[in-house]
Amino acid sequence: MLIKKADVLKAADVTPYEIYLQRRDFLRAGSALAVSALLPGVAEATTRLSGIVSSPYSTSEEKTPYKDVTTYNNYYEFGTDKSDPAENAQGLRTRPWTISVEGAVKRPKVWDIDALLKAFPIEERIYRLRCVEGWSMVIPWEGFALANLIRQVEPTGSARYVEFTTLHDPAQMPGQRSSVLNWPYTEGLRLDEAMHPLTILAVGLYGQTLPNQNGAPVRLVVPWKYGFKSAKSIVRIRFVEQQPKTAWGRAAPSEYGFYSNVNPQVDHPRWSQARERRIGEFFKRKTEMFNGYGEQVAQLYQGMDLRKNF
Amino acid sequence: MRNVLLNPSARQIIIAKATLFIVGLLPLARLVWLGVNDGLGANPIEFITHFTGTWTLVGLLTTLSITPLRKISGWNWLIRLRRMLGLFAFFYACLHFTTYIWLDQFFDMQMVVKDVIKRPFITVGFLAFVLLIPLALTSTNAMMKRLGGKKWQRLHRLIYAIAVLGVVHYWWLVKKDITQPLIYALVLAVLLGIRLVFKAQIRIPVVMPKHNPE
Repeated sequence: MLIKKADVLKAADVTPYEIYLQRRDFLRAGSALAVSALLPGVAEATTRLSGIVSSPYSTSEEKTPYKDVTTYNNYYEFGTDKSDPAENAQGLRTRPWTISVEGAVKRPKVWDIDALLKAFPIEERIYRLRCVEGWSMVIPWEGFALANLIRQVEPTGSARYVEFTTLHDPAQMPGQRSSVLNWPYTEGLRLDEAMHPLTILAVGLYGQTLPNQNGAPVRLVVPWKYGFKSAKSIVRIRFVEQQPKTAWGRAAPSEYGFYSNVNPQVDHPRWSQARERRIGEFFKRKTEMFNGYGEQVAQLYQGMDLRKNF
Repeated sequence: MRNVLLNPSARQIIIAKATLFIVGLLPLARLVWLGVNDGLGANPIEFITHFTGTWTLVGLLTTLSITPLRKISGWNWLIRLRRMLGLFAFFYACLHFTTYIWLDQFFDMQMVVKDVIKRPFITVGFLAFVLLIPLALTSTNAMMKRLGGKKWQRLHRLIYAIAVLGVVHYWWLVKKDITQPLIYALVLAVLLGIRLVFKAQIRIPVVMPKHNPE
């Protein structure tokens, strides 16, 4: 009689727990892609990113579905309605694409996007995103710490701020044909904010390269600040001595300050910031100081009056 | 053959009213359809709030368009559709207000009171809603009789203020792109402007006799 011995599993055969936990995300992202592939006109030009490493900075909160992350966007370059970017951004050409890192640095450099994608290890950062309008999401970004790039260019002593500029091309960005904001979109950070390990340049989400409506091919993500601080489709990163002007700051200086840290105690002049609606949830939740990243970033603002420096 | 548009029969007016009733319910039907078919987007409560707000404004402006349309076209029967239009505006305003109190704030009355006092756009929106209530309550024939035509008319002139407050409510809410509120503001300006023109024209014959030689 033949008695078969059960196969002995080697340690290498066991799926690591983290990957096992991600099985639903994989299915979810997959089905979202399958659905979007069926939608006419919404061509998903994203490709899978490989070699992603996880990060201790990630939250374990439930992620906002891929569909919501990619169809509910504020990206005025493609229109002011939340649904506009998903419709109008599909024509944006993200190759060839260069990012000029310049200004008060010893080694300025013009990066080709494909070289940049390979230059640093890509991490997954699952971050909360709080919009100044009072809603929030949890998004699994792929990217790398901006500090990595900053160290390479070696800022000089006079580099105190970093300015980020979005592509300006009304032919590709129909929203720029109206003067709703002063184009191009610019944003800024203090150098220490830009160097903070939580600040990343994101090149993907949900394991894929960024969809155009989310700021392809490369965008800033600063999770403790309101979403508009995280400039999209960046073409220039400039190191400067003076605090740079920001797009929303120019549009409404009394409503959008340079810092724009998430702060439930400092209301927007026209609405409360005490609570937020997490996309997908029915009840509003309390907004956390620095969007819940206070432990990591509060020391950046020690001694500052955050009511004044809103 | 009688001219239907100038002088419709009682039956035809009933048909017009029934049609308007169905048309007035179409936005609600669409909202329900979208809700059932997962069509409200990533932020359904925001969608419902904006949707019901938009249709309140449309209802108000449509109500205000009856008098100018009637005077320009001579279709006097249009006046008989006005009450239903006004009540539809009130109906969508109620849905809008309920969405805010229930779905958005979930009956957190402390928060609502704070909002109404502190947020100018909510203050004017709330005021517009409150002012609509007496108009809805006095919209019946019986109430019209009880108040008397003059008094009733004076009360119902509140609609002008309500429409202005409604447009301001929308204007102060948007972050930057004022295209949409601007459209509503322009339509309202035209509707109110026409009234001033009519008023001036009516005054002319009254003034004229003074210049006649005795």
